[in-house]
Amino acid sequence: MNVRGGGTPVSQENKVRLLVGKVGLDGHDRGAKIVARALRDAGFEVIYTGLHQSPEMVVDTAIQEDVDAISLSILSGAHNYLFPKVIELLREKGSQEIPVFGGGIIPETDIPGLKKAGVLEIFTPGATTAEIVEWVRSNIPRRGAA
Amino acid sequence: MSDSKPQPTSPAKEPSKSGSREEWERGTRRPALKRVGERDTEFSTVSSLPIEPLYTWEDLGSGWNPGERLGFPGEYPYTRGIHPSMYRSRLWTMRQFAGFGSAEQTNQRFHYLLGQGQTGLSVAFDLPTLMGRDSDDSMSRGEVGREGVAIDSLADMERLFEGIPLDRVSTSMTINAPAAVLFAMYLAVAEKQGVPIEKLNGTLQNDILKEYIAQKEWIYPPRPSLRIITDLIAYCVDHVPKWNTISISGYHIREAGSTAVQELAFTLADGIAYVQAGIAAGLDVDSFAPRLSFFWNSHNDFFEEVCKLRAARRMWAQIMRERFGAKQPQSWMLRFHTQTAGCSLTAQQPHNNIVRVTIQALAAVLGGTQSLHTDSFDEALALPSDHAVTVALRTQQILAEESGVTHTIDPLGGSYFVESLTDRMERDAHSYIERIDGMGGVVAAIENGFQQKEIAEAAYRYQAQVDGKAKAIIGVNKHEMDESVRVEVLKIDPGVEPRQLAGLAQLRQERDGERVGQTIQALRHAAETGENLIPVMLDAVRAYATVGEICEALVPVFGTYREVSVI
Repeated sequence: MNVRGGGTPVSQENKVRLLVGKVGLDGHDRGAKIVARALRDAGFEVIYTGLHQSPEMVVDTAIQEDVDAISLSILSGAHNYLFPKVIELLREKGSQEIPVFGGGIIPETDIPGLKKAGVLEIFTPGATTAEIVEWVRSNIPRRGAA
Repeated sequence: MSDSKPQPTSPAKEPSKSGSREEWERGTRRPALKRVGERDTEFSTVSSLPIEPLYTWEDLGSGWNPGERLGFPGEYPYTRGIHPSMYRSRLWTMRQFAGFGSAEQTNQRFHYLLGQGQTGLSVAFDLPTLMGRDSDDSMSRGEVGREGVAIDSLADMERLFEGIPLDRVSTSMTINAPAAVLFAMYLAVAEKQGVPIEKLNGTLQNDILKEYIAQKEWIYPPRPSLRIITDLIAYCVDHVPKWNTISISGYHIREAGSTAVQELAFTLADGIAYVQAGIAAGLDVDSFAPRLSFFWNSHNDFFEEVCKLRAARRMWAQIMRERFGAKQPQSWMLRFHTQTAGCSLTAQQPHNNIVRVTIQALAAVLGGTQSLHTDSFDEALALPSDHAVTVALRTQQILAEESGVTHTIDPLGGSYFVESLTDRMERDAHSYIERIDGMGGVVAAIENGFQQKEIAEAAYRYQAQVDGKAKAIIGVNKHEMDESVRVEVLKIDPGVEPRQLAGLAQLRQERDGERVGQTIQALRHAAETGENLIPVMLDAVRAYATVGEICEALVPVFGTYREVSVI
């Protein structure tokens, strides 16, 4: 289920498109919804996947929606499987240039491993929405035509 | 604050002649404020309820009648407590939520906690189990044993309760969508232990309505889910009379970002919906209402939480007696478990969380809780380590034995502030309940996304307050430190998932597959014909049908639920 955001009168092609996804069985969506809304209010085009998405569904949606980045929210402890799985599927589908970042309940000690697997950044509890928005502005460009 | 030279003392103020608040404001407070202003432009609770500098008898008003508003402990409307003796007779149950990895590992944690003085068990299941899926389901990859204990079949349940006499220990199970299945497994374990099920004490969370609103662990849509619940209630009325059939929860609603008033209102509204469902299913309200229980959050704002709990008791008593005409006092009593607010705890400077949890636990105790879970200080990092959960348990024990707050009942009763705030929260919550009634009840409101939108708004507003530093979180937006504190966190053994899968594969091979098939057929048939599902579920679990197989069997009859997401 997709919910689109944005609405400022800027050409659609210029807006950075972000997928905010809840991958796996984790239903804790408070943070994901806040981040999605903050990004939308900051002028990004946001596609929120809704809950209980498999890694395959996330990747398919990301490709279909031609997003500029995938962000995943995981509070279930399954991050060491799910993040790399999404990255692996992107590679399989030839879309490895789509950056992946995210956040949730992720111990500090797991972050280097996730980054090594290709995750660009992890935002842990305490990160402000302003920090996340700023980071996206500085690090997520609009991809050219695929 | 002030280390300047001592101020010349003004002549002792005459008490305001008429003794009125207004005189004090004008004559004493405002002049003082000219010398030292207030620290902020507004003071409000963590839920943004504005708080006055002072509360007096005037705030209660001449119409405030303690006999009607408070009564006595153990008497309607139970504002001061549901038992006449409260903690002087029996302390609250110290019930730490626990579960991770395999059934054996969780069993070890259970034994440890019971050995350290915990007085009741509380089971945390992993996400696949919570969602009614087996460990080998495609969506279970990476999730097995991570958020709680993996339970696929009765075999796991037997291992979970190894060495734990179910006639002597009460167990709470945090499980919702597949609650009836896990309940059937618990009954089957009791059978194997030779414990008659009518002796079983415990609680099943089994509160599907709040899943759609907040926790988001569902399988079927609301109406068939309510049918499963009323089947379970009816079964317990006849066979498991000491069992709390639902733990009507505000905890998760609050964790999702609601205000305290929303938590109060939406939870009681859910309770109303369950009572209506039970009555519609043909049950007499007094037959099942005494075994409905509640589960509240205890967040940082101390007085807001105490008042919320007192308001809840008074409101539920009135709802049950006046709205539903229940005749038994047990039907009017709001019995509850409390958990300190996970969402308030920080990853930064985690030892600060011990202090937060202490304040929150104290609020729950002064609010008269029957049962309490205190979060561990590593809450924002991982599942609790042995060390962290021990500190959390000791927090309760110190409150119980050293603080003195248990020596008298409802010690905050009669405080002008506490009684004003209790009344205020009750009024505000009633407004919400009326709105939900006006929409046609909780299920209709959920279908309209009402509670979900209110919660998302409140969550967003609070986040803006934190990000903008209007609300301080020590260690996060105030008094931050370069983190040099590292805590040992619990790591889930990566061997858990492959071992669970291997065990499940072996079970499927060794059990009587034909018998499983028959019980599943019978289950589907009962679902279609409206027969009570619990006895057929019991047959299925005894045959070692799995959680996933049982839940899946009902999908063709009940359908599945898909949320329309609202940011």
